[in-house]
Amino acid sequence: MTATTYLRAITSTLAEAMRADPRVLVIGEDVAEGGPWGGTAGLAEEFGADRVRDTPISEAAICGIAIGAAQSGLRPVVEIMFVDFVTLALDQLVNQAAKAHFMSGGQLRVPMVLRTQGGAGQRGGAQHSQSLEAWLTHVPGLKVVMPSTAADAAGLLASAIADDNPVVYVENKTLYFRSEDVPEPGPVPIGRAQVVRSGRDVTVVALSRLVHESLAAAEELSADGIEVEVIDPRTLVPLDLDAIVESVARTHRLVVAHEAVEHGGFGAEIVAQVQAAAFDELDAPIARVGAPFAPIPFSPPLEDAYLPGRDGVAAAVRSLV
Amino acid sequence: MAVEGGAGRELLRTMWRIRVFEERVGQLTRADEVHGLVHLSSGSEGVAAGVCGQLRADDVVYSNHRAHGHAIAKGAPLAGVMAELMGRDGGLCRGMGGSMHLVDAAHGFLGATGVVGGNVPLALGSALAGRLQGGDQVAVVFFGDGAVQGGIFAESVNLATLWGLPVILVCENNGFAEFTPRSAHTNVERVSDVVSPYGLERETVDGNDVGAVRDAFARFLAAARAGGGPALLECLTVRLRGHYEGDPQLYREALAADEWQELDPILRLQRRGLEEGWLEADAPARLEQEARDEVEDAVHAARESPFPPPGLTVELVYAP
Repeated sequence: MTATTYLRAITSTLAEAMRADPRVLVIGEDVAEGGPWGGTAGLAEEFGADRVRDTPISEAAICGIAIGAAQSGLRPVVEIMFVDFVTLALDQLVNQAAKAHFMSGGQLRVPMVLRTQGGAGQRGGAQHSQSLEAWLTHVPGLKVVMPSTAADAAGLLASAIADDNPVVYVENKTLYFRSEDVPEPGPVPIGRAQVVRSGRDVTVVALSRLVHESLAAAEELSADGIEVEVIDPRTLVPLDLDAIVESVARTHRLVVAHEAVEHGGFGAEIVAQVQAAAFDELDAPIARVGAPFAPIPFSPPLEDAYLPGRDGVAAAVRSLV
Repeated sequence: MAVEGGAGRELLRTMWRIRVFEERVGQLTRADEVHGLVHLSSGSEGVAAGVCGQLRADDVVYSNHRAHGHAIAKGAPLAGVMAELMGRDGGLCRGMGGSMHLVDAAHGFLGATGVVGGNVPLALGSALAGRLQGGDQVAVVFFGDGAVQGGIFAESVNLATLWGLPVILVCENNGFAEFTPRSAHTNVERVSDVVSPYGLERETVDGNDVGAVRDAFARFLAAARAGGGPALLECLTVRLRGHYEGDPQLYREALAADEWQELDPILRLQRRGLEEGWLEADAPARLEQEARDEVEDAVHAARESPFPPPGLTVELVYAP
């Protein structure tokens, strides 16, 4: 067991991948300086400016350069500093990266990772706090992962770098400095969910930060005799539906929780897939927990009220039992 | 630099293959054998031939929606391109890409895009990959003057120059962005002037003079290969056809036939070859006929190819 943080797990995984494979390089704004949180700190010193490439504030070109580099033999890890700014690179991601293998009849591969981070709670306002992962899950050809722990942050990043497809790797800024004991680090396969807490009464499928909120809610509910099973899909595309259905077949009740706006969020996709696959197993309607259909307010008390958390998860669970 | 015998005949051969191929594509579009949105490069064959004829197999080319000529000039087999336009399994991309998304990786044609300006940075990335892997490959990206007003173009020119990448930006300035003349979209007439503050090598040439294209590109290519960084070549040219096949072109007057005879890059080079004595009198007709025979063979082969199996749609979403 080693104590580490989510952010340190990312940095050390990047360094290990770069040591192991000269084709891996990091491209993004301020990456040589380490970025706002220090996610790439120390990499430029070890690997040099050629492989830790600082860029101007040109999200579309950064992403396009990574796609071209990936098509010509490199394995770039692009950093888009805030997921809010992925909007500036969407043509590159959606029209160029996601479709290159398909449209070329299999001739091209785009082994790139797009690292970015989302999440509110730090008073960043509506343009630096969003959770936009659902948009990206709608694009065939992209894989989308969202680690919630340091172990998964390391393991999924290693798998994403090794993957021959474009992988969007969405971090959560509020998890960066969470300390955690990590067992032997190893790759976490893309497309495999994890049961993070076992329980017999209700299944909660939670994404990213909401995994921790759901675990806290589960402790509270346990005191009242309600045992919650918490599942972290870890990968959104491809989704490990089997793991969720297996749990629902035991609990017969499901809550889906994420920080993103509930309306059109990825939770809706999970709900639809579960009811299609396991309608007969359900003893209650599936409940969703997500943010209201509004941009994220800046004013601290309003932001706190806006953010989905343990209370919302607990209330949703209680509504089902 | 003079265009002489062997090189001149090769340029003519390439241009005839593109010209005849696209004439046939136009016919087959109207016959509903070639499908979808089809953009012909007729009139601009001199740019594709003058540029691609000098590249090595491991140099890469990216292109835009008007890509047939670039792919053919880079070495893509006619039958593979034609079958792709017909949506057949034997197409370059197994029928999954179509006219605007041609790729022939084996010949370094890494691809066309249907998004104007969308793959300019991909050429930079490919150039970066070549350099970091110790090679001396050069990447070329073709785009129209319409792409220059997009933000991704400015981002890419800035980075190509800042990083000194071996990439050559080739603008085919035909004066029209889709249906609209350049003058309605920008006050900057010359694309080479748009990039002037960045400090890269740049030149505007008569794109219908294949010798001029070849000479200017040769200088840029040698410099980029030797580590001299990027360049922009603006080729003033003519889009003989509409923006797409079926475009009624209500927005402009057709070029008069005699005016086009003067501009046509093929006829110009043939006249020059005959005058300078490196082209035999019967060569033009022979080159044209050879191209016609090749294109007919390609049409025949494409028609013989089946449509791809339905399962391919799901199979190709992700690389294994």
